[in-house]
Amino acid sequence: MSTASSVSMEQPWVLPSRGRVGMFSLIAAELAIFTIFVVAYLFYIGKSLTGPLPKDVLELPIFASICLLSSSLTIHAAVSGLRNGRVRTFAMWWFGTMVLGLIFLGETAREWYHLIFEKGLTISTNLFGTTYYSLVGLHAFHVTVGLICISIAMVLTLLGKVKQEHGERAEVFSLYWHFVDAVWIVVFTVVYIIGR
Amino acid sequence: MASETIALTAVHDVPRPIGTILHDWVTTVDHKKLGILYILYALVFLVIGGIEATIMRIQLIIPHNHFVSPQVFNRMFTMHGTTMIFFVTMPILFGFGNYLIPLMIGARDMAFPRLNAWSFWLTAFGGLLLYFSFIGGNGLYGAGTAPDVGWFAYAPLTATAFSIGHSTDFWTLGLLVSGFGSIGTAINILATIVCLRCPGMTLSKMPLFAWLNLVMAAMVLLAISPLTAAQMMLSLDRFLGAHFFDTLAGGSAVMWMHFFWIFGHPEVYVLVIPAFAFASEIIPVFSRKPIFGYPVMVAATVCIGFVGFSVWAHHMFTVGMNSYANSFFTITTMAIGVPTGIKIFNWIGTMWGGKIIFKTPMLFCIAFLFQFLIAGLTGIMLSAAPFDWQLGNSYFVVAHFHYVIVGGILFTLFGAFYYWFPKMSGRMYNETLGKLHFWLFFIGFHLTFDFMHIPGLLGMPRRIYTYEPGRGWDIWNLICTIGVFFQIAGTSVFVGNLLWSYFKGKAAGNDPWDAWTLEWSTSSPPVEYNFAEIPVVKSRRPLWDIKHPEDPDWKYE
Amino acid sequence: MVREIHQNSQERQHKRRIQWALSTIAGCLLAALPVFGNPEDPSQTPNMFKPQSSPAHAIFHLSLFVLAICAVIFVIVFSLLTYSVIKFRRRANDDGREPPPIYGSNQIELAWTVIPVLIVLVLFLATARVIHGIQQAKKPPEAIEVIAIGHQFWWEFRYPALGVVTANELHVPVSDTSHPTPTFITLVSADTDHSFWVPRLAGKTDLIPNRENHMWIDPDQPGIFIGQCAQYCGTQHAKMLLRVYVDSPDQFKKWVEEQSKPAQVSESAKEGRRIFETTACINCHAVSGTVADGRFGPDLTHLMSRDTIASGAATNTSENLRLWIHNPEAIKPGALMPAMNLNQHDLDAVTAYLETLR
Repeated sequence: MSTASSVSMEQPWVLPSRGRVGMFSLIAAELAIFTIFVVAYLFYIGKSLTGPLPKDVLELPIFASICLLSSSLTIHAAVSGLRNGRVRTFAMWWFGTMVLGLIFLGETAREWYHLIFEKGLTISTNLFGTTYYSLVGLHAFHVTVGLICISIAMVLTLLGKVKQEHGERAEVFSLYWHFVDAVWIVVFTVVYIIGR
Repeated sequence: MASETIALTAVHDVPRPIGTILHDWVTTVDHKKLGILYILYALVFLVIGGIEATIMRIQLIIPHNHFVSPQVFNRMFTMHGTTMIFFVTMPILFGFGNYLIPLMIGARDMAFPRLNAWSFWLTAFGGLLLYFSFIGGNGLYGAGTAPDVGWFAYAPLTATAFSIGHSTDFWTLGLLVSGFGSIGTAINILATIVCLRCPGMTLSKMPLFAWLNLVMAAMVLLAISPLTAAQMMLSLDRFLGAHFFDTLAGGSAVMWMHFFWIFGHPEVYVLVIPAFAFASEIIPVFSRKPIFGYPVMVAATVCIGFVGFSVWAHHMFTVGMNSYANSFFTITTMAIGVPTGIKIFNWIGTMWGGKIIFKTPMLFCIAFLFQFLIAGLTGIMLSAAPFDWQLGNSYFVVAHFHYVIVGGILFTLFGAFYYWFPKMSGRMYNETLGKLHFWLFFIGFHLTFDFMHIPGLLGMPRRIYTYEPGRGWDIWNLICTIGVFFQIAGTSVFVGNLLWSYFKGKAAGNDPWDAWTLEWSTSSPPVEYNFAEIPVVKSRRPLWDIKHPEDPDWKYE
Repeated sequence: MVREIHQNSQERQHKRRIQWALSTIAGCLLAALPVFGNPEDPSQTPNMFKPQSSPAHAIFHLSLFVLAICAVIFVIVFSLLTYSVIKFRRRANDDGREPPPIYGSNQIELAWTVIPVLIVLVLFLATARVIHGIQQAKKPPEAIEVIAIGHQFWWEFRYPALGVVTANELHVPVSDTSHPTPTFITLVSADTDHSFWVPRLAGKTDLIPNRENHMWIDPDQPGIFIGQCAQYCGTQHAKMLLRVYVDSPDQFKKWVEEQSKPAQVSESAKEGRRIFETTACINCHAVSGTVADGRFGPDLTHLMSRDTIASGAATNTSENLRLWIHNPEAIKPGALMPAMNLNQHDLDAVTAYLETLR
């Protein structure tokens, strides 16, 4: 063993970035949580003892899904903008991501209002209500947390504090956002396609 | 190779006001201080969990005893199990990992020091929340009560219909909160090992301790989350009237079991793999030989990590799964015995041909080998589903898992305490007292847990606050209880030894054991920044290379 | 030779440790022999090594096989461990040189991988046979069918084909191999999880709400077989005891006849019956042929045909019956039967009435 300064290495000693590894680890854990809720959803399909049933009350949230999935594209554009030093581009696309996310949440809220007050489906109505609200709600919670982070970054951008060197951090955050979008694809398939 | 290490001697601080010291410890993000906080926190709960166990064993010393009521007894076994797993074993292993991993891989701290602190305080708060239930819970009699649903809290006993008041909620929420702390620490350990190794330390050159903690951290990420999810579901049931586990609404009690044990089984590997890590560091040093079969040890551990996720329903053999499911979980459980056995053989292979030194850490590790062998074999017995139909949920299972956790994990933990105490405190412990601790505890452990297998074989179920006389169980329960007092004596000697040695022990120096991994190259205790210069390594035993420049390891690996 | 004479303290330590370990193991092995049941009344020990029914027999034989293999593995590995600890200890006259570092050996690793895999395969095949044999047994037409319903903290047994309802003490006929009359039990639960475990007759099977489980027994000897609930179900899990009475075919027939009759009516107990039927008793208890048809507690129609009350927590005597009605907490603290707060006269009358329910 020797000290770093006294020996020259043949190749530079490069290890993965800790932000990336940390975020992938977090995503792995979150994936496991979602998997359990998805398994519960799938297991309880068709097992409710009373109505309402999915086919009676669920409508495909096409618009909301398009918004959320496009926000993956906008956040990608924002991050590459920042990595190339174009902070204004970053701010624009970042704002777009925020808006799309908020639209998604708004649509979810609208859907839930409709289900609760017009169709009489709550989390305690039957097994469908229990699994639906918990799975979609868990996802919406993750979207909300993501939006809070995005808003904080938005404010900091408007205050001029965000620079090119923060590109790595923005990219690590975008991994989380992409994960949230990917989970939505699974939730959509399970709830609105398989379960209906 | 002139200026190998800049030998750092410990600087003992000038006395500071107590307020400053407390503030320093409460706000620290230093992995060494957080490691010690985890360890001290766990030791306090070890004593509390031990008291809970002692109360149970006194109640069971004779049939139809009236030492405690059934309600109190049921709280005792629930709290004992929950405490020992979540607030003793996990924190203490995270503590040792936190302290040692950066030192062993030549880093200055963990990857995310603030996350580290957050995780510790979250875990600590979870434990306090759980224990607040003793005064704040609201059970059947209106006074404060702790949860009494068993540490695995089967549904629908945990439903509001059967668990009145909030005692169960303290269990759910306390563990939910500390579960987030565990995930935080696991992320930290994983990122630290993957991203902060010193130059030259490829994955195949890092100490087995680091490898095993890496596998453990990966398992935590995937194993704790199912428990978190299940606890969220249970809370939704209890607070918002959801029906996840509500059998009257068509819900499934068995689903809770599946979710719990998908956590619960990998959890026991999460607990035992760091214990293997301790043994893998201590046994080579006290046999004066490198670990036998390093690549196989890594492969076996990774194998255990994967296969460990496929065995969970061996906890559910009696639940009425069909014969194909029962057969599947039988073979996966038997299969995991293979890599585990290989590890035992490799440890014996390490000692073989060596020069074994019987200091206290090694005594505990040799006993670990003997006891873990037995624990593994009783596990094989339980893996045969029909045999489990008799032995499951009986005292045989209780004996088996205590053999693993106490005989396996706690013994290597004691070994680890003695081995690294000189590094953490700068002082040597008293070797005679260490050996006294070993023998007292060894005798107590075997009195309690060897003979505990027998009532299980003779039909005694677990979680009963009393039992009928004349079933052939009386004498064995008596012997088991007697063993408890030897264990208490041994543990008292241990605590006394550590305390006394911390203040009065001989100075230890950097490397009292003539060991080979990087933590022994810094001062005892290490300075805050760990190393004067980040080391560069060429083999698995960097200090061996320095001490034996004519015959370094990197020529042979 | 010199080494043996100059035993140092470390060697003595090892010898003592080994002696202790060996004697512990020998003690455990001996203790596991069926000899160590309760000597006064061996049948009262629920000892899985004294099986009296096919599932229990199959498990017993499998267990011997598994134990034998584990014993062999233990002896081999323990010997290697002991040998290495003794042979390779550092001697007092050690020269301080490090022993040759051996990093591993592929052949040895292969050997001690392949052999355990083969052992696992053999064990698994033997086990799978027993699993299928027990779980996929066909129900013959002469089988007795019982529905066992688990409650907090007692057992309800219904024989739908025979019109019998009873509690806590299960009667089944002996099953002769030439003309088998096994008992097939369907297991359900009215509240939380329970588990039916009578070790000498079969392995345990859980009773889980919203789920139907199945098990079977075919006892080959008459007698009383004890067991208890084996899945924690709440405060009084410990006293949810279980008895299986294996009767000869004639005894069983007679029992069924008696149990299917409605409750005996006795003039002497009129007062007690009136009190029973006008207080809360009938909310929980049933007495066939009367207005009492509660299902929360045990059916009392033939209460006096049972040897125990409170699912085995007390013997069925006059004093215990009276105490149970007066203050269940005294016998089974946490039981779900409330104290009925009857005055002395009413208590005596009700007890007298119950004692007529033969």
